Amino acid sequence: MTVEVSELRVHYRTLRGSVQALDGASLEVGDGEVMGVVGESGCGKSTLGKSLIRMDGRMRHVGGSVRLGGEELPIADDRAMQRFRYHEVSLIPQYAMSAMNPTRRIGRMIRELLESRGVRYAEVRRELERRLELVGLGADVLKRFPIELSGGMKQRVVLVLSTLRDPSLLIADEATSALDVANQRAVAEALVQFRDRGFIGSMLFITHDLALVAQLADTVTVMYAGRSAESAPTSELLRRPRHPYTRMLLSAVPEVGTTIDESRQEGIPGSPPALLDPPSGCRFKDRCPLAFEQCATRPPFIEVASGHRVACWKAE
Amino acid sequence: MGRYLGRKAVLYALTFFVAVTVNWMIPRFMPGDPVQSMLGRASVSDPQARAAMEDHYARLFGLDVPLWKQYLGFWGSLFQGDLGTSVWLFPTPVTEVLLDAVPYSLVLLLPAILLSWVAGNRFGAFAARSRWLDNTALPLSYLLTATPYMWLGVLLAWGLGVVAGWFPATGAYSFALTPAFTWAFLSDAFAHWVLPFLSLFLVAFGGWAIGMRNLIIYELEADYSAYLRALGAPRRLVRRYAFRNAMLPQITGLALQLGTIVAGSLLTEVVFAYPGLGSLILEALNNRDFFLLQGAFLFIVIGVLIANLVVDVLYVVVDPRTRIQMQGGA
Ligand SMILES: Nc1ncnc2c1ncn2[C@@H]1O[C@H](COP(=O)(O)OP(=O)(O)OP(=O)(O)O)[C@@H](O)[C@H]1O
Ligand code: SF4
Ligand SMILES: [Mg+2]
Repeated sequence: MTVEVSELRVHYRTLRGSVQALDGASLEVGDGEVMGVVGESGCGKSTLGKSLIRMDGRMRHVGGSVRLGGEELPIADDRAMQRFRYHEVSLIPQYAMSAMNPTRRIGRMIRELLESRGVRYAEVRRELERRLELVGLGADVLKRFPIELSGGMKQRVVLVLSTLRDPSLLIADEATSALDVANQRAVAEALVQFRDRGFIGSMLFITHDLALVAQLADTVTVMYAGRSAESAPTSELLRRPRHPYTRMLLSAVPEVGTTIDESRQEGIPGSPPALLDPPSGCRFKDRCPLAFEQCATRPPFIEVASGHRVACWKAE
Repeated sequence: MGRYLGRKAVLYALTFFVAVTVNWMIPRFMPGDPVQSMLGRASVSDPQARAAMEDHYARLFGLDVPLWKQYLGFWGSLFQGDLGTSVWLFPTPVTEVLLDAVPYSLVLLLPAILLSWVAGNRFGAFAARSRWLDNTALPLSYLLTATPYMWLGVLLAWGLGVVAGWFPATGAYSFALTPAFTWAFLSDAFAHWVLPFLSLFLVAFGGWAIGMRNLIIYELEADYSAYLRALGAPRRLVRRYAFRNAMLPQITGLALQLGTIVAGSLLTEVVFAYPGLGSLILEALNNRDFFLLQGAFLFIVIGVLIANLVVDVLYVVVDPRTRIQMQGGA
């Protein structure tokens, strides 16, 4: 199903005020597409992911909307969201390594979760085992405790568990970041394979790794300080980046495998603005070499070519 | 598994050895000589008779041989259940005096420990989910745990015993009765049991409740809870997991707290003149009956060690992580 996020604003309530972690994030994912979501640490990627499935008690929906296959997702309404969770929208969390209850056997935890969501375990058991096999795991992992598994194995179990209900939208938040290179490839390929087999509808693939995005994403959204900076088909974005931030990101990545945070240290001077009290106008203006007077007002996120949207006054 | 238990066994054996040795030293290196104390009671003036009696008592207490022999002999008789002769209740054997008192201590301690643990954990978990309870019950629990056992005992004895007159505040049963399995005696004994039990129970209860409340909140913020909630798991399931995982540190806590609770119960017995080991220790001190004191301490040490062992084994059974690590290690 298609996913449309428009001008989504979600803030964190803190003692010092509200952190404007998402303040105008927009993106569109086509049916069956994989969209890579990239941006420096703290730019709101995980916040975006959480907003689409479950907001925690500190998060507050301030504005904007999310549509899934034309239907509006009631993201601010915890109860109304319930029927979408897991069945329609699912998540591989950034903390997948510690996502499973350490004192329950994995199979039992999965059974208890499924049955609490009204799914008979016996009915999906064979499918579960088949999918575990697809990611290279034997059915015996179900009898084990999480600490008996390696990090890569845990990541795969969570991948299978999260996608077991064939969600229309999967948010994969750094699903490969904690793994070594071989495991990264394997998990990324498993994700694409699951999409090809129809286990997953659309996917938001949140990552720091530009090389992985180049390989498996159909489209990319670059986020900066809680907002969408640029969004385009992957090859288009890599070949013709329009936003100064995207350009600096790409030019600062000399070889594949480098992550955005590493590139920032070498390439882009300065650091992103604090989101507790962000400056008005374009949030990149303090670091932007092209900044001029107009940048004091916020640039709209508009289409500059087919499927290519940019938020910059200088993008033509 | 075997290696783990083996290591534990060595540790327990070592603790036991040190405890027994320290115990053995009590009557021998404390001021006051048990032989002189017996002689003082007899008030014999004839020096020859006095010397003969001195000999007699020294042999009776086993003080007529070199120290190392006394020490070895102590171990020997210990394994035969012989802890010497009481000076205060001469010539009753110490073991007999102790066995009379132990049931009273157990009847107070076991329910107080177990019930406070179970109820405290349940209540703490319950308080964690209601802001109102959290705001009222929590400060109260802090107040309770911060109260010294003896202090709460005195307060209860005075308030509910003396002023309100709801429960008798001293002894284990009324003087007019003799212990028997009759309704009259049992109900009377129960009434006497309530206040000392309550003062032990309340202090421990507060501690467990606070511990549980904090642990539950921590577990509910843990990653596995967040993941379950994101996948739409109902609150019931998330709470069940959190409660179970929060119980594990509470089991360890139980092992750590046993000593404190036992010490508290000794004082509580004294406050309520409850005829258990605590009151016995007081008598032994007053009468300079070091053999009795020694025996009482030994009983307590053995009891606490056994209880600790039980908790240790229990922990291994309930926490898969230790179990698995042990399988890997052994
Ligand atoms: N619970 C919270 N309370 C307050 N502020 C928060 C909270 N969680 C995140 N933030 C802030 O919101 C912003 C976005 O955080 P988020 O986790 O979405 O970043 P991210 O892009 O996922 O970063 P990373 O790449 O490091 O995972 C950050 O500035 C962060 O400090
Ligand atoms: S809007 Fe202005 S400051 Fe922002 S990226 Fe474009 S040129 Fe730079
Ligand atoms: Mg993140």
